[in-house]
Amino acid sequence: MSDAPSHRPFSEPAPILRWLAGVIVVTYALVSVLPIAWIGMTAFKSQSDAIAYPPKVFFTPTLEGFVDLFTVQTHQPHDFIVKLPPPTSWYEKLARDHDKVIAGPSRVIERFVNSIIIGFGSTLLATFLGTLAAYGFSRFKVPLADDLMFFILSTRMMPPIAVAVPIYMMYRYLNLYDTRIGMILLYTAVNVSLAVWLLKGFIDEIPREYEEAALIDGYTRLQAFRKVVLPQAVTGIAATAIFCLIFSWNEYAFNLLLTNSEAQTMPPFIPFIIGEGGQNWPAVAAGTTLFLAPIFVFTIALRKHLLRGITFGAVRK
Amino acid sequence: MVKSLSFAGLIAAGLVAAAPLSAHAEGKSLTMCWAAWDPANALVELDKDFTKATGIEMKHEFVPWTSYADHFINLLNSRSAECDLIIGDSQWIGGAAENKWYVKLNDFFEKNKISMDSFLPATVVGYAEWPKDTPNYWGLPAMADAVGWTYRKDWFAKPDLRAEFKAKYNRELEPPKTWDELIEVSKFFTGKEIDGKKVYGSYIFTERGSEGITMGVTNAMYNYGFDYMDAKKPYHMEGIVNSAGAAKGMDVYKELFDCCQPKGLTNAYMQEGLDAFKSGEVAMQMNWYAFFPGLAKDPQVGGDKIGFFKNPAGPTGQFTQLGGQGLSVVAASKDVDDALLYVKWFAQADVQQKWTDLGGASASKAVLMSDAYKKSAPYAPSFVESMGMVKDFWAEPLYVPLLLDMQNRVHDYVVANKGTSQQALDALVKDWKKVFKQEGKDPS
Amino acid sequence: MSGMDTITPLAPGTSTRSPPPRVRRISGLSDRAVVWLFIAPTMFLLLAINIFPLIWAIRLSFTGFMANLPRPLGFIGIDNYVDILTDEDIWTNFQVTAHFVFWTIVLQVLIGLALALLINQKFRGHSFWTTVILLPMMLSPAVVGNFWTLLLQPQIGPFNYFIGFFTGAAPSSFTMIGSVSLAPWTIVMVNTWMWTPYVMLICLAGLRSIPEYIYEAAEVDRASSLRQFWSITLPMVTPFLMLAVLFQAIQSFEMFDLVNLLTSGGPGSTTELVSITLKRAAFEKWQTGYASALAVILFVTVFGAANIYVKLLNKVKQQ
Repeated sequence: MSDAPSHRPFSEPAPILRWLAGVIVVTYALVSVLPIAWIGMTAFKSQSDAIAYPPKVFFTPTLEGFVDLFTVQTHQPHDFIVKLPPPTSWYEKLARDHDKVIAGPSRVIERFVNSIIIGFGSTLLATFLGTLAAYGFSRFKVPLADDLMFFILSTRMMPPIAVAVPIYMMYRYLNLYDTRIGMILLYTAVNVSLAVWLLKGFIDEIPREYEEAALIDGYTRLQAFRKVVLPQAVTGIAATAIFCLIFSWNEYAFNLLLTNSEAQTMPPFIPFIIGEGGQNWPAVAAGTTLFLAPIFVFTIALRKHLLRGITFGAVRK
Repeated sequence: MVKSLSFAGLIAAGLVAAAPLSAHAEGKSLTMCWAAWDPANALVELDKDFTKATGIEMKHEFVPWTSYADHFINLLNSRSAECDLIIGDSQWIGGAAENKWYVKLNDFFEKNKISMDSFLPATVVGYAEWPKDTPNYWGLPAMADAVGWTYRKDWFAKPDLRAEFKAKYNRELEPPKTWDELIEVSKFFTGKEIDGKKVYGSYIFTERGSEGITMGVTNAMYNYGFDYMDAKKPYHMEGIVNSAGAAKGMDVYKELFDCCQPKGLTNAYMQEGLDAFKSGEVAMQMNWYAFFPGLAKDPQVGGDKIGFFKNPAGPTGQFTQLGGQGLSVVAASKDVDDALLYVKWFAQADVQQKWTDLGGASASKAVLMSDAYKKSAPYAPSFVESMGMVKDFWAEPLYVPLLLDMQNRVHDYVVANKGTSQQALDALVKDWKKVFKQEGKDPS
Repeated sequence: MSGMDTITPLAPGTSTRSPPPRVRRISGLSDRAVVWLFIAPTMFLLLAINIFPLIWAIRLSFTGFMANLPRPLGFIGIDNYVDILTDEDIWTNFQVTAHFVFWTIVLQVLIGLALALLINQKFRGHSFWTTVILLPMMLSPAVVGNFWTLLLQPQIGPFNYFIGFFTGAAPSSFTMIGSVSLAPWTIVMVNTWMWTPYVMLICLAGLRSIPEYIYEAAEVDRASSLRQFWSITLPMVTPFLMLAVLFQAIQSFEMFDLVNLLTSGGPGSTTELVSITLKRAAFEKWQTGYASALAVILFVTVFGAANIYVKLLNKVKQQ
C-alpha cells in the first residue's frame, strides 16, 4: 500500500511466520467479506430464492432485483396481462412473468443523483474550506488557536440526533428543509472539522522554507499558497476527501430527518424498497451493491493517500 | 406505460425526473399520498380512470409503512401543499381534526349526496369520524382492512396429521375458533417436519419500531377483557386497561409467541409474515386482509393450499384489530376543489367496485355485502364478518406516544421476558396517564 | 517523515527565479487579511450549523415545547432534566450504550491492532488484502444494519447456518437479534465488523511511522522480539491507538442508524441506545423540550469525557 522502506517491528521473521501472518489476514479478510458477498449474491436472486428456507447458496441468477429497483410495477389480474400486446423488452417480460406491469421508472435514480450531488458537493466544499482554514492555522499566529482547534474538533462530538432537533427547526424556518443545498451545508459543517484537523497536520509537515523562498521571489501570499503549498498538500487533500466522501455518501440520520422527497439520498431509501408488505430483498441488495460501487472505486483509486492521511494531523498537533 | 423504452431509456427517463422540476406540468394534476404496498399499486391503476374522466393527472407519493406515519404527519404538520389527497391511517383522525390538517367533509357530502350510510359503520367511525361517534366527517372510508388469519389448507388436509390431531385432542383438525384452539393447533404443528423442513405453528406480529406488536397483541387482549377506557367515563383507564382479563390476554399472546413463533422473528411485522408463510415455514399466519388477495394468487402457497379464518374468539368476546385508512383532502392543498372532485368520483358505486376488483378493499356496503362479493374470493366471507367485529386503537391527536408506550411495554414483556403482564399493563396505565395530562385531558 | 530526501529551493513544478508575475485583483493582501479570509468561512459555517443549534437546543430544553403542536413555548425550568435523570429506563439505556461502546472498543482495538501487526509483516499480496478488509467500512451504517437482519435470520439467513456448520448447533436453536442475552452482543459484533478496518488503518499508519533505526538499535542491544514489541512498538503505536479509540468511542456513543435498523432497540429495550431513545422522543413523540434536554445531557457527557481523554492523549504524546 505504500513505497516506504519496510519497517519491521521484529528482527527478520522466519518466512514461515510471514506466511502464517498472511494466512490469518487472508482468512479474516475472506470471512469479513462474506456478508457483503452474500448481499451481492442476493441482488441476483429471485424474491423467493432470497427468502428460501434454508438459505440457498446455489440458485439461478436473475435480474429481477434490479428491475424492481429501477421500476415501479403494478399487479394486474392474469387475464388482463394475457390480453396485453407482447412485451418488448427483457425487463418487461420479467415483470409480466410475475403478473406485474411496469408503470414507470422508480425514484431510485433521483436518489442516486442526490447522493452524488450532495456527497461530492459537500466533500469538495469541506476540503476546500478545510484547506484554507488549515493553512491559516498552520502558518499564522491565530489568536486562541489551540482553543479554536479544540472547538473545531468538538463540533464533531455532538451526537447527530442531538443536533438534528434544532437544525430541523432552523432549516424549516430558513426554508432549507428538504433542499440539496441545505444538506450540502450540513454535511460540509460536519466534515470541515475533520478536514481542518487532518489538513493542518499535513500542511504543518510542509516546510515553510519553500513559501518563504517564493515570497522573497516576489510572490504574494496567495500565490505562494497556490503554487507552492497546494501541490505538496495533494496527498493530504486526497486522503481528507476520501474520509469526507465516505461520511457524506453514507450518512443516514440527518438525511432521514431533514429531507422528504426532493433531497433524499440513497441510504434512507435503500432499506425501504418495498415488496408487498415490506422489503424486497433482491431489490434492496441490488441497491446496496450499486451504491457501494462508486465509493469503492473512489477509495481504490486513492488508496495510497488513505494511509498517509490518517496519521498526519491527527496525532501531530 | 413505457413498454417501448429500452432499459437505458428507462434510466434516462429517471434522470429526467431527477432534474429539478421547477415548472409544473401544463395540465392540472393532483398528488395522492399513501403507504407503499400492493393496494397502492392498485390505486395507480384505478386512478387512470379518473384521469380519463376528468383530464386531471394523478401523481402518487407512496412511502414505506415503517416511515409512513413519521413522514406524512411531519408533512401535514408543516402545512405542506405537497399532497392534495391523502389516504391517512385511521389513527391520525384525531390529530387531523384538531389541527385542521384535513378539510371537513360534512358540507361536501351533503351537497353531493354522499351518504355515510353506504359504508360499513365500523369504517365510518374508524376512518372518518372525530370525535368518535359524532357526525363530524374528515375522510371518506377508502381501504377497509382488519387483522385476519391464513392457514395451510393442504397441511390441514393431510390424513396422517388429521388422525394424529384427532387422537390427541379428540376433535377434528380445523381452523381454530377460539384462542385456546389456536394455541392447541399451533403447538400441534410446531416442530413437525413437512415437505422436508421443520415448521412452526403460527406467525404473529412482534415488530418493535412502529406499531407491529400492538396491532398483534390487541387481537388476543380484546377477547379476554382489555379495553382502552370506560365508555361512560372518558379517559378512565385504571382497572380497565390493566384488568386481570387484559393481563391474561397478554399472557395468551406470549404463550403463542414462546411456543410457536418461528425463531428469530422477534421484530417482524407484515412482510416477514408473508415471507414465512410463502416459504412454507408456518402453518398459520396473522396478517392484514389487504394481503390476502395476493396470497390467494401466490404460485407457491395460493389456490387450494391456502385457507382463511377470522380472528378467534376469547372468553369475553370476539373482536379483531381494525386496520384500513380513509381518503381525506389536505387542507393546505392548492387544489382543494379538484381534490374534492376526486373524492366525489371515488365514492361512486362502480368505482368502489372496481377498486375492490383491482386489489383495493372498498368499505362500501354495496360492494361488501353483495352475494357476488362473498363468492368472489375465499377470504371474502371471513373479511365481511371481520369488518363487523373490529375495534381500533386510540385515534387521539397524541396517539403516537400512546402507541409507542404500548409498543415498549408489550415488547418488553412478550419478547424480552421482563416482569409480568400485570406489571407491564400497570406501567402502561402510568405512561398513558402522563400523555393524556399533556394533552390537557383528565385521565384516571 | 514527509519523504523528501533532496532539498530543492522550490517544489517541483514552480518556476525559479522568474520575475514576479503580474499581480491581479487580490494583489498584495496583507497576511492578516489572508488569515481572516481563509479561516472566517469555516468558523462562520461551524457557528451557524453547530453552535447556534446547540444554544437553541439548550433554550428548548427548559421548555415543554412540542414541535408538532402550535402551542407557545412553556417554560418549565429544569423539569425535563429531572425527569430524565430520575427515569430508570433512561439509566438502563445509558447502561446499554456503555456496554455497547466498551465492548466495541475492546474488540476493535484487539482485532485492529492484531491485523495491523500481521499486515506489517508484508506477506505477498498484503496490499490487496488490506483493501479487501476495508470494504465493510465503506458501506452506509444504515444499510449495514438493514441487511444484517437478513443475514442473522435463523431460518433464511446464512449466519446461523455458518455457525452451525462449525459448531454443530442447529441453526434455529439460537437467535442473535431476538434473544435478550445475545442481542447486545450482536450489535457489538456488527459494529466491530464494520469499523475494525478503521482502527486497523490507524494502527498500520502508526506502525509504519516507527523509524527503522530504533529497531536496529534494539537489535544491537540484543533485545528479544518480545522485548522490542513491548518497549518500542507498543509505546509508539499507543498515541495512534488512543486516537482511534477516541474517534471510535465518540462514534459508537452516537451510533444510531446501525442499531436502529438492526434491532429497533429490541428485544424490548435491551439494545435501545440513548440515541434511539432520543430519536423517538424528538421525532416520533415530538417531545421537543424533553428531547433537547436529553441531547444536552448527551453532548455534555461526550464533550466532558473527550476533553479529559484528549488531555490524557496529549500527555502520552509528549512522552
